[in-house]
Amino acid sequence: MDSYSKRKNMILLIFIVVGIVFVIKLFTLQVISSAYKKTATKNVLREVVDYPSRGLIYDRNGQLMVYNQAAYDLMATPREISVFDTLELCRLLDVPIENFRIEIQKAQKYSRFKPSIVVKQISPERYALMQEKMYKYPGFFFQTRTLRSYTYSNAAHVLGYVGEVNQSLIDNEPYYKSGDYVGITGIEKAYESELRGVKGFRFFLVDVHNRVKGSYENGQLDTMSIKGNDLVTTLDVELQGYAELLMQNKAGSIVAIEPASGEILALVSAPGYLPDDLVGRKRIENYPKMAADSLLPLYNRALRAQYPPGSTFKMVHALIALQEGVITPYTSFTCNHGYHVGSFSQKCHHNQAFQLTGSIAQSCNAYYSYTFRRILENPALSGVRQGYERWREYVVSLGFSSQVSFDLDEELKGFIPNSDYYEEHVFRKSRWRALPLISLAIGQGEVETTPIQMANYAAILANRGWYYKPHVVKSISNGNVHPEIREIHRSKIDPVHFEEIMDGMEYVLDPNYPGTASSARIPGIVVCGKTGTAENPHGADHSTFIAFAPRENPKIAIAVYVENGRWGNLYAAPIATLIIEKYLNGEIQPSRKYVEDNMLKTNLLYPELPNYIRYSK
Amino acid sequence: MRRNNTFLNLDWIVIVLYLFMVLAGWLNIYSAVYNEEHNNIFDLSQRYGKQLMWIGFALMLALFVIVVDSKFYVTFSYLFYALFILLLIIVLFFGKEVNGSKSWFVIGNFAFQPAEFAKYGTALAISKLLSTYNFSLKIRQNQLIAALIILLPVALIILQNDTGSALVYLIFIIPLFREGMSGLILFFGVYFTILFIGSLVMSPVAFIVVLLLLSLLVAFYFLKRWLPIGKVVLLLLAISMPFAIYQILAGDGSFDLYFVLIRSSFLTALLLLFRTIVKRIQHMPLITAVFLVSIVFSVSVDFAFNRFLEPHQQDRINHLLGIESDPLGAGYNVNQSKIAIGSGGFLGKGFLKGTQTKYDFVPEQSTDFIFCTVGEEWGFVGSLLVVAAFVWLLIRLVQLAERQRSKYSRVFGYSVAAILFFHFAINIGMTIGVAPVIGIPLPFFSYGGSSLWFFTILLFTFLRLDASRLEQLH
Ligand SMILES: [Zn+2]
Repeated sequence: MDSYSKRKNMILLIFIVVGIVFVIKLFTLQVISSAYKKTATKNVLREVVDYPSRGLIYDRNGQLMVYNQAAYDLMATPREISVFDTLELCRLLDVPIENFRIEIQKAQKYSRFKPSIVVKQISPERYALMQEKMYKYPGFFFQTRTLRSYTYSNAAHVLGYVGEVNQSLIDNEPYYKSGDYVGITGIEKAYESELRGVKGFRFFLVDVHNRVKGSYENGQLDTMSIKGNDLVTTLDVELQGYAELLMQNKAGSIVAIEPASGEILALVSAPGYLPDDLVGRKRIENYPKMAADSLLPLYNRALRAQYPPGSTFKMVHALIALQEGVITPYTSFTCNHGYHVGSFSQKCHHNQAFQLTGSIAQSCNAYYSYTFRRILENPALSGVRQGYERWREYVVSLGFSSQVSFDLDEELKGFIPNSDYYEEHVFRKSRWRALPLISLAIGQGEVETTPIQMANYAAILANRGWYYKPHVVKSISNGNVHPEIREIHRSKIDPVHFEEIMDGMEYVLDPNYPGTASSARIPGIVVCGKTGTAENPHGADHSTFIAFAPRENPKIAIAVYVENGRWGNLYAAPIATLIIEKYLNGEIQPSRKYVEDNMLKTNLLYPELPNYIRYSK
Repeated sequence: MRRNNTFLNLDWIVIVLYLFMVLAGWLNIYSAVYNEEHNNIFDLSQRYGKQLMWIGFALMLALFVIVVDSKFYVTFSYLFYALFILLLIIVLFFGKEVNGSKSWFVIGNFAFQPAEFAKYGTALAISKLLSTYNFSLKIRQNQLIAALIILLPVALIILQNDTGSALVYLIFIIPLFREGMSGLILFFGVYFTILFIGSLVMSPVAFIVVLLLLSLLVAFYFLKRWLPIGKVVLLLLAISMPFAIYQILAGDGSFDLYFVLIRSSFLTALLLLFRTIVKRIQHMPLITAVFLVSIVFSVSVDFAFNRFLEPHQQDRINHLLGIESDPLGAGYNVNQSKIAIGSGGFLGKGFLKGTQTKYDFVPEQSTDFIFCTVGEEWGFVGSLLVVAAFVWLLIRLVQLAERQRSKYSRVFGYSVAAILFFHFAINIGMTIGVAPVIGIPLPFFSYGGSSLWFFTILLFTFLRLDASRLEQLH
């Protein structure tokens, strides 16, 4: 035996200690900690999203309006990229080289192993061209997505557009993941949950290069994508196109409704844009320009422009006065170039007495000043405040002061002040009097309404007192129809009071009477209408017109606003009757072709053009 | 009879362990590169097919090594050594560069790494040297010769730019220690290596606490009384008070424990050193001095690391030490390896069912990181079995070495155990994140003919020597 033999124990101890350390470490790694198991699953599991195709959109006659077209995202997996000719690739893709470099850097930052989108929405043509060159660019591949495509260049505002989800939506709704598309405005937004369909997921085992190695759990967890539901809108795309044509070179809006159903036949906000302008990569370029345009092409005037309604509001007072019994159809008021009380004057241009029908046909301000005063000073009530509150109840029942449409989310409510508003701003604790409110009689002052509310009001007149909420989607391919669009809303006015109103509105277009819009008469069709002028503190007043036709069994109710068009009979009335004629007859009769020509030629946007009519006060 | 039959005298425990490891290694290589399209185990285009061929060849080598007379190894020890040194020099000029190190001979389909076999030559030479009549490691000249025998191949391998393989030679400290080398060299060698790694890997506070506890335990080992230890702890607390109060008053609400600990323990140790020297208390000055040096060493390592090294150099050292950072950055490999092993759970995912290793998340899954496949597919039970087999083999080799009559055989036995131990400790240690990432194979498991043959020859040479332990060898 040698003197150092005890050292064997020291050496054995080292071996055994290392063995024990390994066993302890292995035990914590494999048995105690669960983190590694989770990471391992995350490592190998790749979720492949099967994007459903978005629902198609049709017009009321089955014309396809919106469909999907393939687009391709260029994806890059940084780890697999080898040296390549960046300049050539950018030329093929038609993207600036600086942007491309930034995207590649972002992709590298995100993950070296997982693919990221570097160029979005490449057109099918460019994609076809690039396919054969892709072998030069390892690490790059295409992912198929769909983009909206449009059969007609109309109804951009109603249809709305689709864009990428933003962070707040991703945070709030777990369905959406970064890079998903979502409806941002219009029908695309309101019916997002119907249109989007259901994403499918397939789970694959992948290796470190993200290459698929097989399905996970034999595909038991995989789901198929479900195509989005198709929508049939209430729009008549031909009528919509015609209405847009008439509004060319003008600012304003048109809303046409089928009174019997509340279905919106056409909804125009002018100036507008082409639906294609906000698709995919074009949106990035166009959107800022449109947003900066002083003519506000992105602004949906039909839903959001809140104007004082002007004379088109007069029938509201007539109906309320009849309902309250403060006038009869035969009550007569004298217009002495207006309505004069002490130092107060509400000007007009007649020198005669009017009964109800005449007051509508000739739009007498004095008549309505008397009538409105009677409503406010109703002897059956305790005073002006209560008279106003009663009046407001009727007005609200006619669809004003709240969102009247069912599915046009962007709509603003308009404004019918409540009594507290006047208490605070006008009377300030003094006694309520009728005179300070009298401008409401001719639809001016504090009240504000939107074009769609005015069209709905025309539909109520056509229906003799009731309406369905105006809506733009008629049916959904899965059969779902929201019960709310089948719900009748009745105004507080009895149907019997509408006959005399209709008489007056019919005379508006009667040259023999003469009505205020007699030049817009359509031979062969009984149109009930009313002209108006919406006050504009910023410039020339707006030309407005509401109408429905035919008088019996009405098929269309309409409101037309032409900004800076001054008087209703100048633009709004001819445009409204052209649309009515087109809708009811399918064409414009030869005797009215000149009206159509005039309207088409009229340019109210660019004064330097010859057809611009200059007005001076 | 028994004296003359080599096969009856072979240690069959070692042979069974060897066969178990080689077979288990092959199964794991098969699983790591398994591919449904090529599942013929003899498919020579696949790694498992080749490995099968190499195992067969290794068994033939083993037989050959056993058939040769044991005196042959003793006689030609230095010649073997010289031959491998020559090969190491030649490979510097004619070798093929693989992964940045010029350490391979490639002749046709056959690749061979002389650094692997030079360990064999070195083990033979060291055994021969130490078994020389009247040789003592107490003599300075002998120490130098031993160091030279070990450091010559180390220098040549470092020149090949293969630091990992060169590090293996440090393990010759073990047979030298067994033969009477000063224990302090082993102790301080190991101690400062651990200190260096510890000060980079551990958090500073944890490091000081561990150091403190360790010093107190060692002090107790020598004193055998708790009372003075308690006094030292009280002194430390008293000295730390002013620093703690300063921290609370002057600080911005945060409490820097490291600031308090490092200052108070340093001051306490200084006081203690002074007092124990004056009072001439045994062992205590040395313990406190080692404690002080350790703190200074660790602080300067930290300082040098953060102050003088560029971030990418820091990364490389972190990488070498296997410190986890960004999962895709320096520590990526170790992290993926831990994920693979950790995901195995208690019983493992089953043969061929591993996903992490099979889908290439783990790098080098059939060579350096083969243990990941064991961990993932066979779980804790399988890993435990492999670790136990290695520890058993090492213990058995020490027992065999100790029963040798000839000093030559004993030194060689310890060399074999030490080399296997180093590979086992570093390789499995790196896959589970307790050792730096050094690319050396796991004996008998890792794919590759060169390393399998080397370990086979090494092991069976010792078995051959052991079989003739009753003969006089010189
Ligand atoms: Zn009048």
